[in-house]
Amino acid sequence: MPNDFSLRIRNAEALPIARIPVLSCDDFRQTIIESVNSGGRISAYFGMRFAEDHVRIIAVVAFEDKGDLSVFSMVVDRGYPAITPDCAQAHWFERELAEQWGIEPVGHPWLKPVRFQAPYRGNAIASVCGVTNFFRINGDEIHEVAVGPVHASVIEPGHFRFQCFGEEVHHLEISLGYQHRGIERALVGGPNKRTIHYMETLAGDTTIGHAFAYCQALEALSRCNVPPRGLVLRGIALELERLANHIGDLGALAGDVGFLPTASYCGRIRGDVLNFTALLCGNRFGRGIVRPGGAAVDLDGDMVDVLLKGLSAAIPDTSSAVNLLWDTPSVTARFEDTGVVPFEVCEDLGLVGVAARACGVDRDVRKDLPFGIYRFVHIPTATWDTGDVFGRAHVRDVEIQRSFAFVREQLETLPKGEVHVDPAPLMPEHLAVSLVEGWRGEICHVALTDDRGRFASYKVVDPSFHNWFGLAYALRGQQISDFPLCNKSFNLSYCGHDL
Amino acid sequence: MIKILLARLRQGHRTMAYPKGNAPELPERFHGAPAIDAARCRADCRKCAEACPTDAICFDGKARRIDLGRCLFCDDCRRACPDHAITMTRDYRLAVGTRDDLIRCDGETHRARALDDTLRSLLGRSLKLRVVSAGGCSACEADTNVLTTIGWDIGRFGIQYVASPRHADGLLVTGPVPDNMKLALEKTYEAVPAPKIVIAVGACAISGGPYINHPEQHGGAASIVPVDLFIPGCPPHPLTILDGFLRILDRIQ
Repeated sequence: MPNDFSLRIRNAEALPIARIPVLSCDDFRQTIIESVNSGGRISAYFGMRFAEDHVRIIAVVAFEDKGDLSVFSMVVDRGYPAITPDCAQAHWFERELAEQWGIEPVGHPWLKPVRFQAPYRGNAIASVCGVTNFFRINGDEIHEVAVGPVHASVIEPGHFRFQCFGEEVHHLEISLGYQHRGIERALVGGPNKRTIHYMETLAGDTTIGHAFAYCQALEALSRCNVPPRGLVLRGIALELERLANHIGDLGALAGDVGFLPTASYCGRIRGDVLNFTALLCGNRFGRGIVRPGGAAVDLDGDMVDVLLKGLSAAIPDTSSAVNLLWDTPSVTARFEDTGVVPFEVCEDLGLVGVAARACGVDRDVRKDLPFGIYRFVHIPTATWDTGDVFGRAHVRDVEIQRSFAFVREQLETLPKGEVHVDPAPLMPEHLAVSLVEGWRGEICHVALTDDRGRFASYKVVDPSFHNWFGLAYALRGQQISDFPLCNKSFNLSYCGHDL
Repeated sequence: MIKILLARLRQGHRTMAYPKGNAPELPERFHGAPAIDAARCRADCRKCAEACPTDAICFDGKARRIDLGRCLFCDDCRRACPDHAITMTRDYRLAVGTRDDLIRCDGETHRARALDDTLRSLLGRSLKLRVVSAGGCSACEADTNVLTTIGWDIGRFGIQYVASPRHADGLLVTGPVPDNMKLALEKTYEAVPAPKIVIAVGACAISGGPYINHPEQHGGAASIVPVDLFIPGCPPHPLTILDGFLRILDRIQ
């Protein structure tokens, strides 16, 4: 095992930066490749400024079987032999590193920008967003279809290039970056009064997930223990977010195959769940619930009753709406065998969340690296083994049932006491890795403090960062008309990726 | 088939009566426009302005101005105030026709006015909008989109979100307009046939929101295209967005 070289830490644990090993380039490459070969998965891989125009590359690998993370680093100047040819999971991360820090992973097979942002040092590798050397297939009967950035429906911008032979898609390339707002750059030097609002708007449909990951990192860095009632309220908020999005997604999937009953009902029920969240804080997306040290709002007895009553209506309404899908052959026929990602490909790419569980991968941060209330209350992981649109829909259905049960149980047994404590200032020169299972999958935040306890570097890895390439893969061999359905079955974030 | 019919019976009729009937109930903790009672403020206190993440509060002599175009409706100001001078009102009717109307001073309020007669005769019964997310976080997009669900059903007013700008009477823009999205927004605007309107939804699309002053963005839609309706919020409640739509179409007073 290569673990002799690395620092092992738990989720939401803080350790001095001085303890992160600095490896030679050869040892670093070998450690990351062997870690992934022995069951690890790259959770984060990023650069930060190091003395004298050098960049320190920090790798965070999650070991789900052992329930911990390994952290190690190397210092580079201009380039190093790329890891991607030996480890596909590094593909997108190394492209990001090259774009942000002007470091060339030499021998990377596909070195292009991921979000067309201004580099933190050196010259930009691209100037106009979306202008790059797209992969092309040539031939008399080959045609190329370009879609976006402004594309159909009420949706965020992204650019999609399909290489088609007749109706069959041989290759899809996804080019993002249109939503880039400079969040990571602005986080350095924080936390300040705007930081929590960056977190809550980083991906608006994951307000709770990202605020949760941020607060957990901050609490680790200030050795702050959130009171039990605060932990439970955060868990309820996170599961309500999962419920609203999963229910909305099942409705949208129904809409994409022209089955309007479920589309209509789920669209309405999703709104009801958002209103449950609004009961807590006044905002349908949960703005203002999660704050460093716990929760900024509390529930009184009347509100608990209103929520429980709301749940008793929403639970049967949801199952009535969703079960129609499985009883309708025209729906299941469109879902099955569409957009298949095989188990091995899922593992190679390091997919997370619903997309991974639908391929039969038993991966869920709530179970593997438990955090917050999930250390004490367990939600069984739902998996399916077909890797297709049906799998991704089915896993959502099971997760809806389990999240509803969790929320109801927690509301009935709410612990008494405070919901919040004031966190102390952050420890200087420490690192914390904070993982949260958001509704899309693993959210990873890595915070490193400077000698004054301010952020020297703050890395955000939205689950979409892992999964966009999974969507591109899922389209291979599909008809181009299957794209909306496949896209919705992943439902990835553009702004969470572009930051 | 029988299961579909039974489900249909179970789910019932859900479209709200508003605007003919009452508006849907807002949550008890809903944050509408913040209001400052300047009489309660102690001398030289600037705690609310200092706490505001987007610097939406400014002091001008005795007057306090709140720029609803910057406001995230987060209530950080209310929590910071030692004199309980700030309340989050339940006023959801926030849409206005000009950027200046969003700056509230001493409790004065403005509401959006109906489009002029020519535009209203063209668009009053059929308003097709192309939604452009330009750096939006998907919260404004979600609460814009929710108006098409059966509870709100904006189809009742002839309002529809369409796939192509060529089919549209106007744009609805969300997000601060990242530099990477500027060209796409300009081209989409050009593709809409005249006469056309632009609606900016949310703090980002009005001022840049939490991303104010970031060099990666342009501070909202009005820096790129002329805006006819500003709907503040982070995100605005669906009722706030609907209120804005209905006002410019002269469906409510």
